[in-house]
Amino acid sequence: MQKIVDKINELFANDTVDRVLGWKTGEFSYDRTPAVFTKDTGLDGFVYDDFCGSNLSKYLISESAKGGKMAVLLKPCDTYSYNQLVKEHRIKTENVYVVAIPCRGKVNVEAIKAQGVKGILSVEETAGDTLKVSTLYGDCECDRNDVLYEKCSVCQKTHVVYDEIIEEEPYDRPRKDRFAEVEALEAMTAEERFAFWREQLSKCIRCNACRNACPVCNCHKCIFDNANSGVAAKANTDEFEENMFHIIRAFHVAGRCTDCGECSRVCPQNIPLHLLNRKYIKEMNELYGEYQAGADAETKGPLTNFTKDDVEPSIVYQKGGK
Amino acid sequence: MQVNESKEFKPTIVAFCCNWCSYAGADLAGSGRLSYPADVKIIRVPCSCRVNPLFILRAFEKGADGVIMCGCHPGDCHYSTGNYYARRRMTMLFSMLDYMGIERERTRVEWVSAAEGAKFAATMNDFIETVTKLGENRKLRDLRCKK
Repeated sequence: MQKIVDKINELFANDTVDRVLGWKTGEFSYDRTPAVFTKDTGLDGFVYDDFCGSNLSKYLISESAKGGKMAVLLKPCDTYSYNQLVKEHRIKTENVYVVAIPCRGKVNVEAIKAQGVKGILSVEETAGDTLKVSTLYGDCECDRNDVLYEKCSVCQKTHVVYDEIIEEEPYDRPRKDRFAEVEALEAMTAEERFAFWREQLSKCIRCNACRNACPVCNCHKCIFDNANSGVAAKANTDEFEENMFHIIRAFHVAGRCTDCGECSRVCPQNIPLHLLNRKYIKEMNELYGEYQAGADAETKGPLTNFTKDDVEPSIVYQKGGK
Repeated sequence: MQVNESKEFKPTIVAFCCNWCSYAGADLAGSGRLSYPADVKIIRVPCSCRVNPLFILRAFEKGADGVIMCGCHPGDCHYSTGNYYARRRMTMLFSMLDYMGIERERTRVEWVSAAEGAKFAATMNDFIETVTKLGENRKLRDLRCKK
């Protein structure tokens, strides 16, 4: 963190930027909330640690439009979203100075709580793989790798775009195949899949956090705010509407989703929303060639492109499975 | 509200037909006196590319048992490339419906040109037969009053 603070102070001092987008402490010590620090007020309250999970790239849509140069701190996964937004001409890049920051994976405090730890006061990082948790009922330790966000287990590792990078010694952690869960679902029977998604999606309280946090979900007017769309409200919803909301939410970012995992991270009901996005990613990779949204700022996404000999939609019925 | 006295299941089919090919194909089926059941409700769209995934889901929600989208053959689109995009979108939507455990055969895409009245009638007959076998659409409908 000290390296980052020094770097920002240096950028302030040589007038490269006049404000910076980072994180400050929220309500609890393990709450980190995105915040703007200006040159005048300085870095009072600035923090960067294991809990800074949020993706800052979406804030650049409004912040870069304000004028003046702004530095932004981006983790590896965030740089993909940044690139995707640049591709869609949503960010004024001339107003942005990207500082790539290292990331060892971000800790999900809910996962610590799920291990039965109650009354958490603070969580302290160590250089290794353990976290020291102090609670109202005494101290305990937990393994860092067990309490990371899901998105960190499929980390992209490298920054794809930056003006400046703050290096840190490489840190390795277990990674998994990102399509393993999707494949497990595909192997189920249709009835099992239906039951699985009913169980998950019936938890949805339609808070729209998945939409609001998603970097690429950024239309000025959203279909879900239209009362006539049929998917606008939870109060009078029927069972299928819950499915419909999530099919459409994932569809609207299909081909643009960088798999940054914000949707699952912010879901207050812990619905595995990334499984919907990854299904689309997996299908598009299989049918239209490997594509990683946000890996560059130029190429066309699979759904804004076509070839004359694409597969027919009937391929879905011909697939194996039940 | 239809009263089906015989209690025999008759599916409701919604067909999105593109104005330039498939709708004209349906017209030709009519003037050629080819028959297909009246349960097919045709909705005319300017291009198959106009069909938003939400249209299909809403059709199901409002009581369709099967939804079919018809457009010009790839390469023959009135707007040059519309149906190529539609093809990709529908592939994605159908695979997502399958992923959510919804019967694969309830949705279909067929390319029907303005000269293919016979194909239009045959497609509809075949689709209705498939959907009739599947039975009533339960998974995509509001179930609150039916339990």
